[in-house]
Amino acid sequence: MTRSYWWLAVGSPVALLAVWEALSRTGVLDPRFFPPPSVILRLLVAMVDSGELLFHIGVSVRRVLLGFVLGAVPAVILGLSMGLARPVRALLMPVVSAIYPIPKIAIYPLVIFYLGIGEASKVSIVALSIFFLVLLNTMAGVLGLDRRYFQIARAYGAGPRELFTTVALPGAMPAIFTGLKLGMGFALIVIVGAELLGSDAGIGFLIWRSYQIFAIDQMYVGLLVTAVLGWLATISLDGLERVAMPWRS
Amino acid sequence: MIAVAPTVGQIDVRSLSKVYSGRRAPFLALDAVSFSVRAGEFCALIGPSGCGKTTLLHILAGLIEPTAGTVAIPRRAPGRLLTAIIFQGVSTLPWMTVIQNVTLGLRHVVAPPPEGSDPAVRAKGSDPSFWAGGRARRERAMDALGRVGLEAFADAFPHQLSEGMRQRVSIARALATDPDVLLMDEPFANLDEQNRLLLQDELLRIWQDTRKTVLFVTHSLDEALRLADRVLVMTAAPGRIKSEVDVPLRRPREFTSVRQDPAYGALSARLWGDLRDEVMKARQVDRDSGRRTQDDS
Repeated sequence: MTRSYWWLAVGSPVALLAVWEALSRTGVLDPRFFPPPSVILRLLVAMVDSGELLFHIGVSVRRVLLGFVLGAVPAVILGLSMGLARPVRALLMPVVSAIYPIPKIAIYPLVIFYLGIGEASKVSIVALSIFFLVLLNTMAGVLGLDRRYFQIARAYGAGPRELFTTVALPGAMPAIFTGLKLGMGFALIVIVGAELLGSDAGIGFLIWRSYQIFAIDQMYVGLLVTAVLGWLATISLDGLERVAMPWRS
Repeated sequence: MIAVAPTVGQIDVRSLSKVYSGRRAPFLALDAVSFSVRAGEFCALIGPSGCGKTTLLHILAGLIEPTAGTVAIPRRAPGRLLTAIIFQGVSTLPWMTVIQNVTLGLRHVVAPPPEGSDPAVRAKGSDPSFWAGGRARRERAMDALGRVGLEAFADAFPHQLSEGMRQRVSIARALATDPDVLLMDEPFANLDEQNRLLLQDELLRIWQDTRKTVLFVTHSLDEALRLADRVLVMTAAPGRIKSEVDVPLRRPREFTSVRQDPAYGALSARLWGDLRDEVMKARQVDRDSGRRTQDDS
């Protein structure tokens, strides 16, 4: 985006909200179904003040973060191994390709069956949903590397362990971050979904409960929070990417 | 496969062959190649594209195994690498700073104790952990960077440097390991003419200081004659040594004086005479099989 168009980028959401506000206030849109943004915002502030909102956010964020680490770390290690070693790839690729396309939320009942309705199942479903994305991206990252990098490292004495740390991991880093960013989106989808299905806390639960008591404005607060969380996650991953890859500037 | 030779600084290659298992038929890249390089000699290797020059160098660097034959290279002294290779084109790891790139080869190298140091330091020097320590490695790497004039860029990343500077980093990395043999695979091929001449000067200066045994692959007749004591000419695939041409031009070889030397013209003509048939043969093979040349495979 060039500099001269920033006002368009800021202006379009503001204009959308203004139109919504006007339509809702004048009754063109039924304010019971489409509460005006100002009402939603006031409710949001009230829910923050009461601590209710922060509690639910805390629960969801904790689940996502735990699940993220639990899914991404083994995915990176396994993805690097699959990229480096053909036998490992031959061994695991069929299984991975078979499980990868299954919508992870469809596995959720099974996960509940094994792990119960508590935190373990929520964290696991997040881990599962990002695991394959990070795994496949990491592997593709290693496979796409110039063979010359491996030759340089080997010619100067690197063994298999060092190829892992000096070539494969830093070389695949851009692809790993692509996987993490895609995974973050899926993690939010899956955690909210999982909380809708069976939970007593979290943003998904908040949205679901609001629906049951017909509190449409509260549902909008839940959606707004989800959107902001997604945006914050993207920003933090971008920041992390810059720190992790100082050679790309 | 790489044996230890009795004399230091000598490469002895005997009946070296390499067969690649191609998609349709096995491909003979090297066919019983034999030659020797004397200690401290600068030896150039020229040949048509796809003649197995790179394969040969990669075998000497220990990157691939030969199918048959032997390579004997000097005894591995502690603190030195047996061979250090300088690649063509992409030669640095982009995620490492210049100094990290140069220290890459030093992780497994245990430096000998410095001469004239007191016994306590010498005793320490025989302990790998002392010399494998970061500071000692950094000092050695900085020393090598100094030789190529890049101390000021130690903490830069490769993408911030020019192609010529990156190639100098790669030379510094090889020098830092203080190798018995320096293997160079068309290191200046991707540079423009002027930078190539400057880097040739620099290489000659370094070589005159260190007197490393150098095996330098190139497809430039000029480069071979300017740098080398002796030029080995390879045949089209399957690669063999076709002829050896001594280069008795006086050193130091200033660009202008070398070009004006009548002997230079005669040598150049002789080399091209040997090479021309092979280049034509290589082209014929390419046309017949319709495949691309595979110098890098």
